[in-house]
Amino acid sequence: MSISRRKFLGWMGAAGLGTAFGSPAHAAANKHFKGYPESLGVLFDNMLCIGCRNCEAGCNKVNELPPPDRPFDDLTVLSKKRRTNTKVFTVVNRYDHFKGIKNPLFRKIQCNHCLEPACASACFVRAFTKTKEGPVTYDPSVCVGCRYCMIACPFEIPTYEYDEPLTPRIRKCTMCQPRIIDGKLPGCVEICPTEALSFGKRGDLIKIARERIKKYPDRYVDHIYGEHEMGGTSWLYLSGVPFKELAMREDLGVTPAPELTAGALSAVPMVAGLWPVLLTGLYAVSKRKEKIAKIEQQQAIASTLEKANAEAESKLSKALAKAQKEKAAAISKEVKKALEEAKKTQEKEGS
Amino acid sequence: MSEKAAAASKSFFTPFNVVAGIIVIIGLILTALRFTGGLAAVTNLSDYNPWGIWIGFDLLVGVALAAGGFVTSAAVYLFGMKRYHSAVRPAILTGFLGYALVVLALNYDVGRPWRLPYPFVIQQGTTSVLFEVAACVALYLAVLFIEFSPAALEWLGLRKARRIVVKLTLLLTIFGVVLSTLHQSSLGALFLIAPSKLHPLWYSPYIPIYFFITSIIAGLSMVIFESTLSYRYLSHKMDETHLKEKNDVTLGFGKAASYVLAGYFAIKVIGISAGNHWHLLGTSYGLWFLVELFGFVALPCFLYAVGVRDKNLKLIRWTAVLALLGIILNRFNVCLIAFNWHLPSSERYFPHWMEIGISVFIVTIGVIFYKFIVTRMPILYKHPEYSDSH
Amino acid sequence: MDGTFYTLQEFMTYTEGVTYILILAILLGMLGFWIFLVERDEN
Repeated sequence: MSISRRKFLGWMGAAGLGTAFGSPAHAAANKHFKGYPESLGVLFDNMLCIGCRNCEAGCNKVNELPPPDRPFDDLTVLSKKRRTNTKVFTVVNRYDHFKGIKNPLFRKIQCNHCLEPACASACFVRAFTKTKEGPVTYDPSVCVGCRYCMIACPFEIPTYEYDEPLTPRIRKCTMCQPRIIDGKLPGCVEICPTEALSFGKRGDLIKIARERIKKYPDRYVDHIYGEHEMGGTSWLYLSGVPFKELAMREDLGVTPAPELTAGALSAVPMVAGLWPVLLTGLYAVSKRKEKIAKIEQQQAIASTLEKANAEAESKLSKALAKAQKEKAAAISKEVKKALEEAKKTQEKEGS
Repeated sequence: MSEKAAAASKSFFTPFNVVAGIIVIIGLILTALRFTGGLAAVTNLSDYNPWGIWIGFDLLVGVALAAGGFVTSAAVYLFGMKRYHSAVRPAILTGFLGYALVVLALNYDVGRPWRLPYPFVIQQGTTSVLFEVAACVALYLAVLFIEFSPAALEWLGLRKARRIVVKLTLLLTIFGVVLSTLHQSSLGALFLIAPSKLHPLWYSPYIPIYFFITSIIAGLSMVIFESTLSYRYLSHKMDETHLKEKNDVTLGFGKAASYVLAGYFAIKVIGISAGNHWHLLGTSYGLWFLVELFGFVALPCFLYAVGVRDKNLKLIRWTAVLALLGIILNRFNVCLIAFNWHLPSSERYFPHWMEIGISVFIVTIGVIFYKFIVTRMPILYKHPEYSDSH
Repeated sequence: MDGTFYTLQEFMTYTEGVTYILILAILLGMLGFWIFLVERDEN
């Protein structure tokens, strides 16, 4: 009893029914979702990045991650294509030899903190939350470890503790949510010695980025990566070369992740509501057919029987009639005989 | 004394038992490795490739091949095809064992298996397709268990309980079809969220429908395949009705599978057209797609048709194998081969032998349970005391 | 939270939650209504 009640309340909570049912704000809210107002983000400008790996060190420190494979002042690792993993939440990769640019360019990789996170849409226990401050946070206390978030993420960001036998977690950049709430900067931004990383309200960052593009049109590609990709991300990027030359995918589209599955999910209640009707109908049709077949069979049997009966009756009556006729004939014969005999006797007596 | 022991050991160490025993022992060792060393100790999974054959084969293929239960019970109980009645119980049993093994396999794959009920009891991620899959699979496993239970109850001689369950047949069948429609299609819908990772020839807004239709093909073919194997090894357990209806089932299901395959072929072509992916057919992935489409959809469709026209049961049985391989190939393509196609080959996934070992172990458990149940319970024959109906 | 949805994700979590509850109600309701519908049929 208490369990089922708790479960029910859980469901109510999932739907937000407890507090929100009938609230008028919901009624008009399903037109266009612009994300949390005033939410924060980071702008990365690769024309200002010097590839010093300080952001990697800062991230490692504030997140209390294990020591790196190679010390952070060893810059030779930059030329190898690296990705984030359970012990490294951000990496910087170097890309050389661009036409008209004599220096190499760098790309910083970490969670982009989507406005409509694919990981959150995919998670069946709501372990991921897009917070109103901007970061997408992860709650290991409910995580089952199905790794569907990793399948879903278009940026291949969530990583998994494959070597943990019983308590594996997803690990990824948190945009330093706890620090942000305390009014501090994310670890990587704080330590960055140049202006390559700017932290602020996402709306303001987009304005700053636009201004830079306008001011230095020859220097920047006219595109702010993350403004619209996958419905927009809290991390934004400016670049001196097309993003795909930095191995950033430009074919992701602008559809927010939850919309990709919305159609399939909307078919669920249709199937649940109409399949029983359709199937019961089909069952009724087949049952009716069966019933008619049975009745027809019975009728056929009955009529055959009737026919047989009628035939038998007519045969009987004929036989009876015949018998009667024969009997009558026999009687009349007998009578005739008797009469004749009587006549004979009379004649004898008379003579 | 020693003779007796020899006789006993001889009867126990049949080839089947020896092979199954070895697989089970290896499986248990691998299980220990998995739950002490984590997934890294036994799999080749990585941060780029979070799903391997435990999802691609054990979950996706497993659920598809277990579709025979809902297909057969719908045909017999809803569409009134009473002549296939003897196929219902084996199909339900295969379905039930299939789903049970899928859930068992998930316990290896997910990080914290004891949390598998969390999506229902702790926090509901209702926007996730996986939530819907989980809910339907859990409910359908329960439905299959109840649908299967009359056989067990007859075996145990529990008449009253059996009577109650038999009364629920129609309701359970309809519920089973609803749940199967939902989760078979949703297994395909899982990939809708990753358009940037799945090759466009396989990524389609129709993918849930493709998965549902192929599950029907898999269900029909599996019934034919399984009845062939049962006849080969367990014919002494079959009663006269079963033996008499067996060929009818093969012919009828072969005919149905052929036509469903034809429809599937058609909607696959529509999928290429709707996405305007014709130009991709010339690429290496395109050729692979055509191999799947012609070798494992069109060909079994045609062979089934020839088999049905010529009443060639042997051809139909072999075609069932081909069709099943086609289903496996399709699921592998979607989940493993055409997934992450954009990555360089050094980042691609190939299963570790221990992953394959666990999968073989799980299939073996299924075969052992099937054999155990079929040799004891009235699956391939009607229980003489319950000849009324089942 | 002031009752407004800022993200599609939030909105869908709410609507899908309600949908799943309704699906349960619908399935039970359809069964009940069917029984009501055919109760007086003679065989």
